[in-house]
Amino acid sequence: MLRSPTVDAVMAQERAASFTKRSIKSSAKLAGLRLALSMLDLTTLEGKDSPEKARALCRKGLHPFERDEAMLGERLPSVAAICVYPALVAACREILAGTGVNIASVATGFPSGQYPLSVRLDDVRKAVGDGADEIDMVINRGAFLAGRYDEIAQEIREVKRACRRPDGVFAHLKVILETGELETLDNVRRASDIAIRAMAEVDAEAGIDAPGTPDFIKTSTGKVQPAATMPVTLVMLEAIRDWYLETGRLVGMKPAGGIRTAKQALHYLVMVKETMNLDVPGFEHVAGNPWLTPHYFRFGASTLCNDILRQIAWLKTGRYQAGYDFSEA
Amino acid sequence: MPDRLDVLKTYKLFIDGKFPRTESGRSWPLNSAAGEPIAHLSLASRKDLREGVEAARRAQPGWAGATPYNRGQVLYRMAEMLEGKRDELAQAIASLAPARSAKGKGRQATASLTPQDEVSLSIDRLVCFAGWADKYAQVLGCNNPVAGPFYNFTITEPTGVVACIAPDSPSLLGLISLLAPPLCAGNAVVVLSGGTNPIPAAVLGEVCATSDVPAGVVNILTGMRGELLGFVASHRDIDAIHAAGVSTDERVLVEKGIAENLKRVKVHAQTPWTDAAACHSPWWIEPFIEFKTIWHPASV
Repeated sequence: MLRSPTVDAVMAQERAASFTKRSIKSSAKLAGLRLALSMLDLTTLEGKDSPEKARALCRKGLHPFERDEAMLGERLPSVAAICVYPALVAACREILAGTGVNIASVATGFPSGQYPLSVRLDDVRKAVGDGADEIDMVINRGAFLAGRYDEIAQEIREVKRACRRPDGVFAHLKVILETGELETLDNVRRASDIAIRAMAEVDAEAGIDAPGTPDFIKTSTGKVQPAATMPVTLVMLEAIRDWYLETGRLVGMKPAGGIRTAKQALHYLVMVKETMNLDVPGFEHVAGNPWLTPHYFRFGASTLCNDILRQIAWLKTGRYQAGYDFSEA
Repeated sequence: MPDRLDVLKTYKLFIDGKFPRTESGRSWPLNSAAGEPIAHLSLASRKDLREGVEAARRAQPGWAGATPYNRGQVLYRMAEMLEGKRDELAQAIASLAPARSAKGKGRQATASLTPQDEVSLSIDRLVCFAGWADKYAQVLGCNNPVAGPFYNFTITEPTGVVACIAPDSPSLLGLISLLAPPLCAGNAVVVLSGGTNPIPAAVLGEVCATSDVPAGVVNILTGMRGELLGFVASHRDIDAIHAAGVSTDERVLVEKGIAENLKRVKVHAQTPWTDAAACHSPWWIEPFIEFKTIWHPASV
């Protein structure tokens, strides 16, 4: 039986709030904004999505601000990935193949997960077959809240196995806990631990020692309120930190939903900086903190992108920008 | 020993329907003409300006979408609330009446204006533009004769977010005269008070908060014009500037700032604030609307 540590909810909230009090100015702020931009999983998950909209979003992700070189004198980074429904993966692939920007697909009956396991697994295989680099799965929250933890772990293992491509390489798996439905921070911690262990077990059975494609845990679908919050993200980061200290294995973190402003994104980065100071070997270029790279930390967001661009443009030009200065898709 | 302590009011900014302190934490002591300290006001920073513009931008579509009749009702309601604060406003104007020797445009024209008269004229001006709210479109728009089987209309649409730069004097009347015309046409406004007496502007925030003005439609900052004017002018999300009583240096600052974004600027030089015939005209509204001409096929 898995024993997760209990969480002091009051202190988690206090500590999370303390990360919003740091003062970050000029060059550090600019560096933080560029980093946040490169960590984006630019997302569209609406019923009205179409291949055209997905392609437009891919172009936006590749080159977030068309006038960057003319106006700011620098090429801003591309986002980390474009996150869409499985049916749109093929359309994204037309634009993104070979660009370095990943295609992330939600799957497993997103956002509810209330479908038979066989259907959810087919969903995953189809998305991986179409070329998705990353799969965002939802857990069965009903089973979790009923205490059927083994069922959750088993489903995560099945999905992770389905992420394996014919060449043996796994698509990155991101396990969405949907923390807005988990009621308590203790549950968030427990679900994090279950997901992290279940994914590692499949790596072990496949004989993968240090996966080149890290798995992630992710807060939310964005369809349930509250979505990502700082206390929840802090608890999940601590689960990732404890797992690293225990096993030396790295797991990624993705807060998603509700992060709309550049300021919020900087608060999250401060939290990552101050929580994940682990001196991980091989990551000296980011002060030993792998979670300060897009490889291990992502923001799931859509409106955040343009707010980051707005703030970068303000910092570089000294003029406040209008919303219509930045393309929508 | 006095029977009781005076409770002096601490004035704050008015942004998005709330009364926040300035983000900068700065305050601004004001002394009466007699040298007595009478109040502390928030000294707005450029970040407060940014918040005000964000709020105005969010609120503007809803305000523009309200029926013109309803906008008129809301402006009239503002006038009602001003009426109720008549004494407070007159006192605020009087306590900081500029010294006679002070230099500055517009002061000569209003030197004889008593505080009570200024409040009355301000209320009248608001009522006047409350009336214009559902009438200016008929006067400024038109039905154009064209040679073809079409109806051709020119209709008016609000410009968007308007920054009102109020003159030092008359502090209340100048402010209301700049605010009311863009407001009645469906624009959201960000007001920067005059520098010598910002108290009437601060009180106007309380008037807006209690008179059905939707949150964000009117935002009021008390602060230093020289510090903020450059940011107002270069801000790309402010669509127009309505100003009065600006110095030549300040005018240069504005012209430099707008050179890159081509926002509309209306600066009043010598305004006869007390002249109702001059100030109650729909041409005060005209700079803050966009004309849209539509061709519509005539029915066959």
